[in-house]
Amino acid sequence: MGLLKTFVLGGIHPPENKLSAGQPVRTLKVPDQVVVPMGQNLGAPSKPVVKRGDKVKTGQLIAEAGGFISARIHSPVSGTVFKIDQVMDMSGYRRTAVIIKVDGDEWMEDIDRSDTLVTEINFSPEEIIEKVKDAGIVGMGGATFPTHVKLMPPPGKSADYLLINGVECEPYLTADHQLMLEKGAEIIVGTRLLMKALKVKKAVIGIENNKPDAIRQMTELAAKEEGITVQPLKVKYPQGGEKQLIKAVTGREVPSGKLPVEVGCVVQNVGTTFAVYEAVMKNKPLIERVVTVTGKALSNPSNLKVRIGTPIKFLVEEAGGLPEDTGKVIGGGPMMGKALATLDVPVVKGTSGVLLMREAESHRLPESPCIRCSKCTQVCPMGLEPFLLSRLSRMGRFEDAEKEKVMDCIECGSCQYTCPAHIPLLDYLRLGKNKVGALIRARSKK
Amino acid sequence: MNMLTISGSPHLHSDNSTRKIMFGVVVALLPAMLVAVYYFGLGALEVIVLSVFFSVFFEWLIQKYLIKGPLTITDGSAVVTGILLAFNVPSNLPWWMVIIGALVAIGIGKMSFGGLGKNIFNPALVSRVFLLVSFPVAMTSWPKPHPITKVLVDTVTGPTPLGYIKEGLGAGKTLSELIPHLPSYAQQLMGQMGGSLGEVSALAILLGGIYMLWKKIITWEIPVSMLLTVFVFSGILWLINPQHYMDPVFNLLTGGVMLGAVFMATDMVTSPMTRGGQLLFGFGIGLITMLIRVWGAYPEGVSFAILLMNSVVPLINRGFKPRRFGKVKAATVK
Ligand code: SF4
Ligand code: SF4
Repeated sequence: MGLLKTFVLGGIHPPENKLSAGQPVRTLKVPDQVVVPMGQNLGAPSKPVVKRGDKVKTGQLIAEAGGFISARIHSPVSGTVFKIDQVMDMSGYRRTAVIIKVDGDEWMEDIDRSDTLVTEINFSPEEIIEKVKDAGIVGMGGATFPTHVKLMPPPGKSADYLLINGVECEPYLTADHQLMLEKGAEIIVGTRLLMKALKVKKAVIGIENNKPDAIRQMTELAAKEEGITVQPLKVKYPQGGEKQLIKAVTGREVPSGKLPVEVGCVVQNVGTTFAVYEAVMKNKPLIERVVTVTGKALSNPSNLKVRIGTPIKFLVEEAGGLPEDTGKVIGGGPMMGKALATLDVPVVKGTSGVLLMREAESHRLPESPCIRCSKCTQVCPMGLEPFLLSRLSRMGRFEDAEKEKVMDCIECGSCQYTCPAHIPLLDYLRLGKNKVGALIRARSKK
Repeated sequence: MNMLTISGSPHLHSDNSTRKIMFGVVVALLPAMLVAVYYFGLGALEVIVLSVFFSVFFEWLIQKYLIKGPLTITDGSAVVTGILLAFNVPSNLPWWMVIIGALVAIGIGKMSFGGLGKNIFNPALVSRVFLLVSFPVAMTSWPKPHPITKVLVDTVTGPTPLGYIKEGLGAGKTLSELIPHLPSYAQQLMGQMGGSLGEVSALAILLGGIYMLWKKIITWEIPVSMLLTVFVFSGILWLINPQHYMDPVFNLLTGGVMLGAVFMATDMVTSPMTRGGQLLFGFGIGLITMLIRVWGAYPEGVSFAILLMNSVVPLINRGFKPRRFGKVKAATVK
């Protein structure tokens, strides 16, 4: 293979544990009831347009975007709106959700549910963006930034590169991997749609080298297309971070505090790209997604296609049932995912995985004094000094933390992963980011 | 269902720990320890055992009765300090001086600053300098090395090569008169010469250094920049006047340069956090060492050099930042 591309600064290599690799995507049956939270995207929460007692069909609009950076939401099932209420979502907070009692599975008439591959693109860039917006697509790698916003660069800026993120650098997760194997052709069409919408001539699909079958498959498919190439990447976490991926593939460095489009790049995850294909070519809004359900004690780690709003409990049952000694359930991957308080929370657009950890792996080791080993600094992909930033936040010195670039932290957790003193660095970094964010907002108001 | 644990990401941790690092250092110290026992006999072993035991004991005592804080003697850091202290004294140092040394290293060098991670100076070196000032004679009478197979207890003392040269030159002798009496390079490399018990074998120390690099306990910047500085500095003097200055290889192999470069200057607690800072730190130590060796009152200056540079580490840390991601000049961004 020779020298594989990767990003330069920092990075770690946690054990991969891709237990569900090679498991074909199975479709999970529709549950009796779904809970559809209104805050499934970065930015403003969506606003319900249905009320209690309304009949809805699968794919019908149930919430409008709540602002410019927001997305629409569609009913993932057919049935009756049972109530609109505050429920606990993955964040652990109670937020508005539309709860729907399921009744059959009747879809909106204009949605093409067949598996036929449609490759002919007869849409203008504006039409593509409009359809992406209508379908409520958000970044499905976990960031959940509304996709149509990314397709409309701010005035004066333009992109010349589209990067498709097939890196999947989080340990344990295999949903994107499997999607590339099963829906490679669709992802290529999705890539072409995104290229057209962005008016770019070059697209690169970045895939880490631990997925040779996906690299082979996507390379073959891309060979028939003009302007699309596949870039195998060295396995290194957090390569799936937008800035790291751009650096790895193009060598360009997004300036601190700026967006990728500043260096002419737009990044979309493979799951998102597939959703774009379905939205534009099949009229299908984002109402289901592939989720990896995994864990060392789980009898049947799986990749499942599930409707949004399905309780996590259902997914776990399908993957073999909750193991006896489960100590922690994570929504997402082990590095950046969120620990869940209960299995009753629903799958949302950004749910890439559900990871069950054993009791023994669930607890943090006791913290000891910082021995100034500088390991955290060596692994930080953003070139920060986590030991210093965490100390500054602990002491409440947020102005200094801002000067030391705490806002550049991408919360990848590499520092904490590696710290021999087991200091919860990222907890303090998040606190610092919160406070500094508030400082910045207060300043801009003045 | 039982309660689920809630904590922030990341939910994985490497198998790294402070204890693992400290015992990694202990493993790296083993070759030099074996050489010390081989050449200096049971005296060396006694010093090492006493020093380690009392370092750990004093840490326990202070934490339990003085600070009344959590006990951390199992983290291995006191063991490392104990071995390093032993490595920095002659192998025939009286037992009670070793105990005082351990008390100074742990009590003053480490605990008075607040314990592990908070000390500014390398504890073993603080203690070494204290002993040197308090007991100058005992601290500079070096037993002559004899392979353990020949003599078990050794009483003959002699100077270190560095001390011998310094004295000789001071007495008006020329290098060509002095050099024939020195141990050969091969003997120096193996450790067959006078000196503090853990510093004599460059080879054994290097072996430990390579182990620590492999285990990622240390990075190359400090040792390499320090050794390179000593080499280049002494090389220049030697080229200018080979009759008056010893050659660079001699300067690398004798005294505490190797021990200092691999085990003392790389002490993570008291060295800079970034690569740039570490390079400067190593350079400063090399430079000060040579200044003391050539123009100072002592034949050897590694300990002072490291302590001096320890004191400016906070400054270095402020001046040297890692290369931040995204710190690109506007012009290079298209
Ligand atoms: S979490 Fe933030 S500070 Fe820590 S390694 Fe990642 S980017 Fe750096
Ligand atoms: S990795 Fe942990 S112990 Fe090492 S410098 Fe960073 S915070 Fe301190």
